Amino acid sequence: MLRAANSVVVLFAFWLLLSGYFTAFLVTAGFACAVAVVAFAWRMEVIDHEGHPMHLGLRPFAYVPWLLKEILKSGWQVTRIILDPKLPVSPTLVRFRPSQRTDVGLVTHANSITLTPGTISVEVGRDSFLVHGLTRESAAGVVASEMDRRVCRFEGQR
Amino acid sequence: MFAAAAVALLVAAALVLVRAALGPTVFDRVQAANTIGTLAVLILSVFGFLTGRPDFLDLALTYGLLNVVGTIAVLKFFQYGDLGDPGEAEEPR
Amino acid sequence: MSLAIDLASWALLVAGGFFCIVGGIGLIRMPDFYTRMHAASVTDTLGAGFMLAGMMLQAGLTLVTVKLALIGVLLFFTSPTATHALARAAMTRGVQPLLADGEGAPSKR
Repeated sequence: MLRAANSVVVLFAFWLLLSGYFTAFLVTAGFACAVAVVAFAWRMEVIDHEGHPMHLGLRPFAYVPWLLKEILKSGWQVTRIILDPKLPVSPTLVRFRPSQRTDVGLVTHANSITLTPGTISVEVGRDSFLVHGLTRESAAGVVASEMDRRVCRFEGQR
Repeated sequence: MFAAAAVALLVAAALVLVRAALGPTVFDRVQAANTIGTLAVLILSVFGFLTGRPDFLDLALTYGLLNVVGTIAVLKFFQYGDLGDPGEAEEPR
Repeated sequence: MSLAIDLASWALLVAGGFFCIVGGIGLIRMPDFYTRMHAASVTDTLGAGFMLAGMMLQAGLTLVTVKLALIGVLLFFTSPTATHALARAAMTRGVQPLLADGEGAPSKR
C-alpha cells in the first residue's frame, strides 16, 4: 500500500514536470491519471519490490556519479581505439560469476557493464555473466571489479 | 552554434546509414537503426533549440520511448518469427 | 557570466558532436558485429550525454532542462537494454564473434 501511494506521488510529479501547465482542470486530470495507472498496475500485480524498488532509498544516487566517471574514462579509451589508424582491437569473451543476489542488483550490474563503452553483457544469468570486451584489458577488467563491489553496496550487502 | 551541432549529428547519421546499407547481417542493420534512433532524438532536441520551439522536446521524448520498443519488437520478430516461412500463422510462444 | 555559460555549452555541444561522429566512424571501421556495438555505445552514452548537457546549460533552470534530463535518463536506461537484447539475439542465432585469441564462442548456456 505504501508502495502504491509512493507510485502515485512519483507519477503525479512526472505529469506536472512534463506538462508545465497548472490550471485546475489539468492538475486534477493528472492526479486522476496517476491514480488510474497505479490502479491498473495494482490489478496486474506489478507493483512489487521489482517494479518500484523504493526500498533502495537514495543509495542509487551515490552510485550514478561513479558510473558516469567510468563511462567517461572507458569512452575516451574506445574513442582512441576507433581513431587509431591501426585499429588495435582484440575482442575477447569472458565468463564470470557476479556476486549480487537480488534481481535489481544483477540487472544494475549488467546494465552498467553494457553502458560503459568497451564492454557488453551478452548473456546474463543468476550465476554467470558472459561479457564481450573490445580489448583483452577491458574484458579482464570486469571480473571481480570495483563495479561489482559498488553494485553490491548499492543493493544493500555489506 | 546549434546549427553546427545539428550538422555534426547529420554527418554521424549519414555514417551510420552507410553501415545500415552495407551491414552483412540483419543485426548490423538493427544496430544501425537503433543508433539512428538515438541520433534522431538528439537532432529533434537540437532542432527545438534552433527554431526556439521547446515543444520539440516532447517529440524527442516520445521518439526515444518508441525507439527502444521498436528495436526490441524487430529483434523478437527475427528471433521467434521466420521471414522465409510463410506457412506460420501464429507467433510461437 | 552568460559568456562563460555560452562558452561551456558550446564546448559541450562540440564534444557531443565529435563523439557522435566517432561512433559513426567506428560503426563503419570495426571488423565484426560485436565490435561495432562498442562503437555504437560511444554515440549512445558520450555523444548523447555531452549534447544534452550542452543544451541544459543553454536552457538554464526551466522545465526544458527537466525534459532534457528525462531524455538523458531514458537513453541511459533503454540503450543498454536494447544493446543487450541485440547481442543476445545475435548470439542465439549463431553469429560467431571474431576473437583475438582464436577460440570459438564458449558453450551455449
